[in-house]
Amino acid sequence: MALDKNGIARRIAQELREGWYVNLGIGIPTLVANFVPEGFALEFQSENGILGMGPFPFEGEEDADLINAGKQTITSLPGASFFDSATSFGMIRARKVQLTVLGAMEVSDRGDIANWKIPGRMVKGMGGAMDLVASADNIIVAMQHSNREGESKLLSACTLPLTGVGCVKKVVTDLAVLEIDPQRGFILLERAPGVSIDEIIAKTGGRLIVEGDVPEMVL
Amino acid sequence: MIRKVVANADLALDGLADGMTLMVGGFGLCGIPENLIAALRLRGSRNLTCIANNAGVDGFGLGLLLESRQIRKMISSYVGENDEFERQMLSGELEVELIPQGTLAERCRAAGAGIPAFFTPAGVGTEVAEGKEVRLFHGKPYLMELAFDADFALVKAWKGDEAGNLIFKGTARNFNPMMAMAGRITVAEVEELVPAGMLDPNAIHVPGIFVHRIFQGAHYQKRIEQRTVRPKNTPL
Repeated sequence: MALDKNGIARRIAQELREGWYVNLGIGIPTLVANFVPEGFALEFQSENGILGMGPFPFEGEEDADLINAGKQTITSLPGASFFDSATSFGMIRARKVQLTVLGAMEVSDRGDIANWKIPGRMVKGMGGAMDLVASADNIIVAMQHSNREGESKLLSACTLPLTGVGCVKKVVTDLAVLEIDPQRGFILLERAPGVSIDEIIAKTGGRLIVEGDVPEMVL
Repeated sequence: MIRKVVANADLALDGLADGMTLMVGGFGLCGIPENLIAALRLRGSRNLTCIANNAGVDGFGLGLLLESRQIRKMISSYVGENDEFERQMLSGELEVELIPQGTLAERCRAAGAGIPAFFTPAGVGTEVAEGKEVRLFHGKPYLMELAFDADFALVKAWKGDEAGNLIFKGTARNFNPMMAMAGRITVAEVEELVPAGMLDPNAIHVPGIFVHRIFQGAHYQKRIEQRTVRPKNTPL
């Protein structure tokens, strides 16, 4: 069965390593924070100016001066720090942040990503996504395998305006975990529980490499 | 001590004219200069170019100045929360330049640091790169981006003193410090204005040299865009 949003987030949480600073984008990526094992030593960075971001506040304890990049009220953990936007993107460009997780409208089999604009229909802007994807060493995309019209979001080339070129390393969808080898394409690493290889092949637009037995995700 | 205090937001905007370029601090509605935006609306200045990360929401923040058609052009990174903005943009009434958030921050910082241009990897290979110089450093391409040039910077801080020194709180800091550094005339509104000597010099985020006018704001609404909470007595 295809994963729900929390399932995708739960699988991505398995990619986290202790000692990392991690930036989570808006949407499914934000949910990843809910699946960090207790006592796991990592810190979340939000590009509007906080390291050491904590969970949502208790009811009645919201602070208008303490939000994440999705403009949600948050808390800070012991050891947290606040800083300005230039410092924030300084640490991003200088690769102090080890992992970036973000959503996408399209990903190509060469690692290109599009997630900020649908010409003529939706223009919200790139926010910090272009800075993040241009600099991060490790970028995981969290998204549905297909869009609302049922078309694959994993393509041989993006049709929408690009956010970044050749930068995505891994994609976790409701159906699969895929690694991107710019030379070969999407390499199928894992299937969602109960999802067949045939279904993934049918729903993947770009080059897809299926090697040997592709295991199911262990969630 | 050079005194920077003005009585109110209206006086703080003295000299602000039609057609000028303004920087406006804040991220979403967090850390926006509420009093200055309200005063600017009353002042009625038109044809403004606003450099701000976002465009407010309908009826608040820069949304107020969009509603009154005072803004001709927005330079922002993300504008997704505002129906009036979208309407004006799609109809061509409002010119919009969308740029990466880190580039926006650095173009402010560069302006306040006397650096005319810099190179960044953000936007290489995208439509943001169109018409810009690309240069290779260590084999990797970077875009040349220019420092902004703003007539006024309107910023909001938590505390300030008569000498113009500023301290911010939480994530309300965001773009405010770099914009404060960058304005030809920088106006700061603060929640609490104190006499010189009351703030610890070690704790100052923006030194007063960058701030030309300062006043204590009033009636802060500090609206929350996405109120997210967890019920009490739930584990993390």
